[in-house]
Amino acid sequence: MSKLAIKMTVNGTEIEAEAEPRMLLIHFLREDLNLTGPHIGCDTSHCGACTVDLNGKSVKSCTIFVGQADGADITTIEGMANADGSLHVLQDMFREHHGLQCGFCTPGMITRAHRLLQENPDPSDDEIRHGISGNLCRCTGYQNIVKAIRAAADQINAAKEAAE
Amino acid sequence: MSDTAPSVEERTAKLEGLGTSRKRVEDVRFTQGRGNYVDDIKLPGMLFGEFVRSPYAHARVKSIDTAAALALPGVKAVLTAADLKPLNLHWMPTLAGDVQAVLADEKVLFQGQEVAYVIAEDRYIASDAAQLVEVDYEELTVLVDPLKAMDEDAVVLREDIVDQEEVGGHGPRRHPNHVFTWEVGEKDDTAAAFNSADVSVKEFITYQRVHPCPLETCGCVASMDPIEGKLTVWGTFQAPHAVRTVASLISTIPEHKIRIISPDIGGGFGNKVGVYPGYICSIVGSIVLGVPVKWIESRMENLSATAFARDYHMTGELAATADGRITGLRCHVVANQGAFDACADPTQYPAGFFNIVTGSYDIPVAHLSVDGVYTNKAPGGVAYRCSFRVTEASYLIERMIDILARKLDMDPAEIRLKNFIKKEQFPYQSALGWEYDSGDYDTAMNKALTAVDYTALRAEQTANREAFAKGETRSLMGIGVAFFTEIVGAGPIKNCDILGLGMFDSCEIRIHPTGSAIARLGTISQGQGHATTFAQILATEIGLPASSITIEEGDTDTAPYGLGTYGSRSTPVAGAATAMAGRKIRAKAQMIAAYLLEVHDDDLEWDIDRFVVKGAPERSKTMAEIAFAAYNSVPPGMEPGLEAVSYYDPPNMTYPYGAYICIVDIDVDTGVTEVRRFYALDDCGTRINPMIIEGQVHGGLTEALGIALGQEIDYDEMGNIKGGSLLDYFLPTAVETPVWETDATEVPSPHHPIGAKGVGESPNVGGVSAISNAVHDAFAHAGLTHTQMPHDHWRVWKTAERLGLLS
Amino acid sequence: MISGSFEYHRPSTLDEAVGLLNQHGDDARVVAGGHSLIPMMKLRLANLDHLVDLQSIDSLRGVTEDGGNLVIGAMTTQNELIGNAVLAAKCPILAETSLQIADPQVRYCGTIGGNVANGDPGNDMPAVMQALDAVYLAQGPNGAREIAARDFYEGIFFTALEDNEIITAVRIPTPQGGHGHAYEKQKRKTGDYATAAAAVVLSLSGGNCTAASIALTNVGDTPLYATDASAALIGTAVDQGAVDNAVALAEGITNPAADTRGPVEFRTKIAGVMVRRAIARALSRAR
Repeated sequence: MSKLAIKMTVNGTEIEAEAEPRMLLIHFLREDLNLTGPHIGCDTSHCGACTVDLNGKSVKSCTIFVGQADGADITTIEGMANADGSLHVLQDMFREHHGLQCGFCTPGMITRAHRLLQENPDPSDDEIRHGISGNLCRCTGYQNIVKAIRAAADQINAAKEAAE
Repeated sequence: MSDTAPSVEERTAKLEGLGTSRKRVEDVRFTQGRGNYVDDIKLPGMLFGEFVRSPYAHARVKSIDTAAALALPGVKAVLTAADLKPLNLHWMPTLAGDVQAVLADEKVLFQGQEVAYVIAEDRYIASDAAQLVEVDYEELTVLVDPLKAMDEDAVVLREDIVDQEEVGGHGPRRHPNHVFTWEVGEKDDTAAAFNSADVSVKEFITYQRVHPCPLETCGCVASMDPIEGKLTVWGTFQAPHAVRTVASLISTIPEHKIRIISPDIGGGFGNKVGVYPGYICSIVGSIVLGVPVKWIESRMENLSATAFARDYHMTGELAATADGRITGLRCHVVANQGAFDACADPTQYPAGFFNIVTGSYDIPVAHLSVDGVYTNKAPGGVAYRCSFRVTEASYLIERMIDILARKLDMDPAEIRLKNFIKKEQFPYQSALGWEYDSGDYDTAMNKALTAVDYTALRAEQTANREAFAKGETRSLMGIGVAFFTEIVGAGPIKNCDILGLGMFDSCEIRIHPTGSAIARLGTISQGQGHATTFAQILATEIGLPASSITIEEGDTDTAPYGLGTYGSRSTPVAGAATAMAGRKIRAKAQMIAAYLLEVHDDDLEWDIDRFVVKGAPERSKTMAEIAFAAYNSVPPGMEPGLEAVSYYDPPNMTYPYGAYICIVDIDVDTGVTEVRRFYALDDCGTRINPMIIEGQVHGGLTEALGIALGQEIDYDEMGNIKGGSLLDYFLPTAVETPVWETDATEVPSPHHPIGAKGVGESPNVGGVSAISNAVHDAFAHAGLTHTQMPHDHWRVWKTAERLGLLS
Repeated sequence: MISGSFEYHRPSTLDEAVGLLNQHGDDARVVAGGHSLIPMMKLRLANLDHLVDLQSIDSLRGVTEDGGNLVIGAMTTQNELIGNAVLAAKCPILAETSLQIADPQVRYCGTIGGNVANGDPGNDMPAVMQALDAVYLAQGPNGAREIAARDFYEGIFFTALEDNEIITAVRIPTPQGGHGHAYEKQKRKTGDYATAAAAVVLSLSGGNCTAASIALTNVGDTPLYATDASAALIGTAVDQGAVDNAVALAEGITNPAADTRGPVEFRTKIAGVMVRRAIARALSRAR
C-alpha cells in the first residue's frame, strides 16, 4: 500500500511525514516522532495510557489511524510544560500529592486531566473520578490522583483570580 | 563550628531521612513523560519479534510451514522448536525446577502457547508474517479441571516428563499429571485435636485464577554484540541478576558476558518475576541475526500467557472449643500449576509460604498438604502483589474463622480477639513452622474497631436487616472483618533460595569527596519509589541529605548481586543491606573524624549528620567534612576513600500485619456490591516514608477490590480463555474505586536493622479477605456459609436467589 | 494488535463517500469515531482494503430542530450529545445514555451514526432510538431513503443498511413536552457493554399513561423493541400490576447470550430489573 503524506502540529511544531495508512497514531508518535511519553497498555482502548490531546479532545491514540489525525493539532505529555520550561501545575501537583507510582499511566492521566480542567475548571471529586474513568492506574488506587487534580484546579483558579 | 551549626530540627529536616514523607525523585521524569520503559528503547538496526500462538489448549503440532512468512519482504527469520533444538534452547528451566517449552515441541499444552517466533524489520511486518505461518494441529482431549487432573483416566499432559519420578525435588509423583505433594505439620496430632473438638467446621474454598496485569506488559530488547561477544538485555525484569544467571546457564554464555538491565518498569505485581519464552527467543534472534531484537507482548498475550496467580482449591477445617477457642487446623490444597510448573517460589517451598495459613491465631496444632497438578492452562503461579502464596493462605484462614464464628454464633471480631497470638508470645513459633518476629494484634484490632465504631455498625446492620425483612429496602449491608499476618522478606539463605541462589540482598555505597553519594542495590523498583526511600534510610544512617544520594538499581554490570523485588522483600532485605552498608560507612567515618579531631574513636558520638566529641559539642566533624577528608587525610594505615558493601542475609522473615474493616451495600436484585467504606490499619514496623506507604496501601486495596469483586482468568471446557482482554478483565477505574481510609500502629521488627517490615503487599492480602467477608456477612443472617469468588454481579445475584431473597 | 493494510480515503462530500463505497463494495468500510471498527481491525476480525473516513463531510454534523423532529447528524459525537442545549431541553435521554457509553475519551470520538449503524447488540443508542421511534436517514448510490430504527436491526452486525449506504442522520420525533424518560444500564465497570439495559419513554395525562415505549440493549442478537411491554403500560396508572406485567413481557422477549457477564437467566432477570427501574425513573420525571 502506498504511504500517506501526513501533516500535523505536535506540541506546537509542524510535522510533515509519510506513514502507512494503517499505522496507529500512538506508533507514529512513539516510533516516528520519538515522543515516548504516551504509552501502550491494552490495545483495546480501555486503559488510556496512550491518551493525547487532539484538536482539544482527549483521545486514545491506540485507536486512531495516523491518517485520521492528518491535519490535527496534537499535544502529548511532552508538550505540557509551560513555555518557560517550568512544569505545568498538574505535573507539579501529581508529584506533590504522590499521584503516581510506576509512572506508566501518568502521561495519559495528566494529559487527560488537563483537558478535564479546561472543560470543568472546578470539578468535584466525583466529577474528577468520572473524568478520568477512561484512564486505568494499577498502582495508586486513584485517591492521590484525584487529590492532585483537585489541587491543580485550586492553583489554576487562584492564579486566575489573582490575575483578574 | 558549633557556633554556626543549625539546630537539631533544621539538620534533621534537611536530611529527609526515616519517617519523612519525602517527595519522590522519580516523579520529575515520569510527570514529563521522560521515563525510560523497555518499549521506549530504540537501537540501530533493531528488529521486532512476534509470536505465533496456539489457538488450542491441547493439540499435537503436526507441521509448521513458515515459507509464506519468510517470503514476506522485511521478514528476517521465523524460529520454531526445530530451530532451537540444535542449540538445546527449545526447553528452558523454570524457577520451580520444572522445564517449560520455549517454542512448542511436538505439542501445545495451553491456549496462547508460543509456537513460532517471527522476526521482522518492524512490528507491522512481524504481525503480517505471523498471520502467514501455517500450523497444522491435531486436537487432543483437554484437561481444565484441576480436581480431575489425577483421575485414573485423565489425559496425560506432560509426555516430555512422563518417566520423570519427581519435579523440582519435591518427592515422588503419583500420576503423570501430578507435580508435587507438600506436607507440613503434625497429621496425627491434628486428627486427635479434631476428634476431641467440641465443634469443627469444614469448607471448600477456591481462590480463582487471576492475573497481576501491570499497566505495562512484559517485553525486552536483546542485543548481542558480535565483536565483544557480549549480550545485553533490557527487559521487564523484577529480578535482573537472577535473569542473568539463568540466561548464562541456559545459553552457556559466560555470566560476565551478559548484562541485564531493568529500565523503568511500569508495574510488576509478580508478573515480571518469571523468565518467558519471549526473552529467550529475542536473545536467540539477536545472536543469530547479529542485531538487536525487541519483543513486546500485547495485553491479550499478557493475560493469556505470562504468569497467572492463585488458582488454589482449598479444603479448610477448624476444630474449636464450644466457646470459640481454635484447637486445630487442617488443610488440603489442589494447586493448579497449569501446563508447566513455573511458580516463582523458593526451592524448599513448592507451595510458597502457604504454611502461614494459621494466620494471626495461636493454633496449637495443624496439618497442611498441597498437591500440585498440571492442566491445560497457562503456566505461572506468581505471587500477585503478595509474598509466595500468602494471599491464598490468608484468605483461607480469614474465611474459615468467619465460618467458625457463624457456627458458634459469635461475632467475627470477638472470635479473632479470642484467638490472637498475644503480644507477650512473640517471637511466636507457629504450628506449621514459622517464627513470627513481633506484633501486638489486640491493640491493632481494638484500634480498628474503635475507629469505625464497630458496635454502631452492627446496630445499623440489624436495623437494615429488619427493614429488608419488611420490604422497606432491597439493599443489604455487610461488614467484613479481616486480620492478616503476612510473611515477607524472603529470606534467610538457610531456608530460602531460588535455583540455588540464596535470597540475600545487597547494597554498595560510594561517598563522593564533596559529601554526596551513590548507592547501588540488587533490587529494582516498579513504582515503589526505591530511589526515594532507600536514600532516606541512608540519610538517617550516614547523615547526608537524601537529596544528595543517588540510588541506582537494575543494571547487573554495576549493581551488586541481589535477588530482586517481589514478595515485599526490598525493604526487609535490601533495606537492611542499605542500613548495614551505611553503618560500615559510619564506622570508617568515625575513625577518620577521630583522627581529624585528635581524639579516640570512643570519645565521639553520632549526632544526626556529624560526629561530636563527647562533652565538647563545639568540636565536631560533619559527614560532608569527613567525606572530603577520606580522600586526603585518612589515619595512617587506613585505605583512602569512603565506600562500603553489604550483602545482607536476613536472620528471619518479617511479619507485617493489619486489621481491615470493610462495609459493603449489596443491591440484591442486581447483585451489585458497593464498597461504602474501607478502613485499613497496617503495621509494617518502622515507617520509612508515610506518604509512600499510604500510596502503596491505596494501590494494593484497589487491586484487592478488583480480585474480590471481578477478576478471573476463566476457561471453558475446551480450554479457551473466556474474556482475555481488558474489556472483560476487571481493573477498577476511579469510578469503581472507593475512598480508602488508612491508619497504622508501629511495632518494629526486632531483627531488622531499622525495624521495617515491608508493606506493599499487605493491602492485597488483607483487602481481598475483608471485602469477601463483607459480602458473606451481608447474607449471613439468611444462612450463607460460603460462596466462591469473584463476587461479581451474577454470582452475588445467584447467592441472593439461592437464599430466597429475590421476589 | 496490528491492523491489516488498507487504503485510506477522506472524502469531503457525501456523494464522494458513497461513490467510494459503491466502487469498492465489500472491500470498503466507512469509519466515523472508529472505536468499534478499529479494535476489530487490530484483532484482524475486520479486514478491509479501503477505509473511508467521514470526518471531513460537514453535512453529517449538527443538531437541528425541524418541525416536530430533531435531526442529528450522523457524525455528532456522544460528547456533543451530552453538551447540546437543544437536546438537553427536548430529548434529555440522549445525554443520559451517552454518559453511560464507554469513557470520556471514547465519547469524544464515538458518534451517534456509528453507534446506531454498527449493528452490535452491545451498543446503547439503538434501543434508545427504538424507544424514541427514530428514523435513520441513509444515503446510497440511488439516493436517500429512510429506515425506522425499529426495523433496522436484523442480527449481530447485520442491519438493513446496504454495503454502499451511509447513515447521514437520525431523525427523532420530538418527544412530547413533560415526557418521562430513563436509560437504565447495568454494567460491570466503566467501559463495559451492558449486562442488560432498558430505555423507557412515557407520557402521562391525568395520572394515566398515554404513551410508552420500552426497548432493551444487549439481551438478544439485536436491540429489542418491547412492543407488548410498552402497550401494557398505556392506559394504566403505571401501578404495580401494570409494571409487573410490562416487566414480565419484556423479559419474555429477551434472548441473551451467556457470557462473562453471566448466564442467560441472570441477564434475563436483569433486563427485567432495568425495565422496572427505568419505568420508575421515567414515571417520576413525567409531568
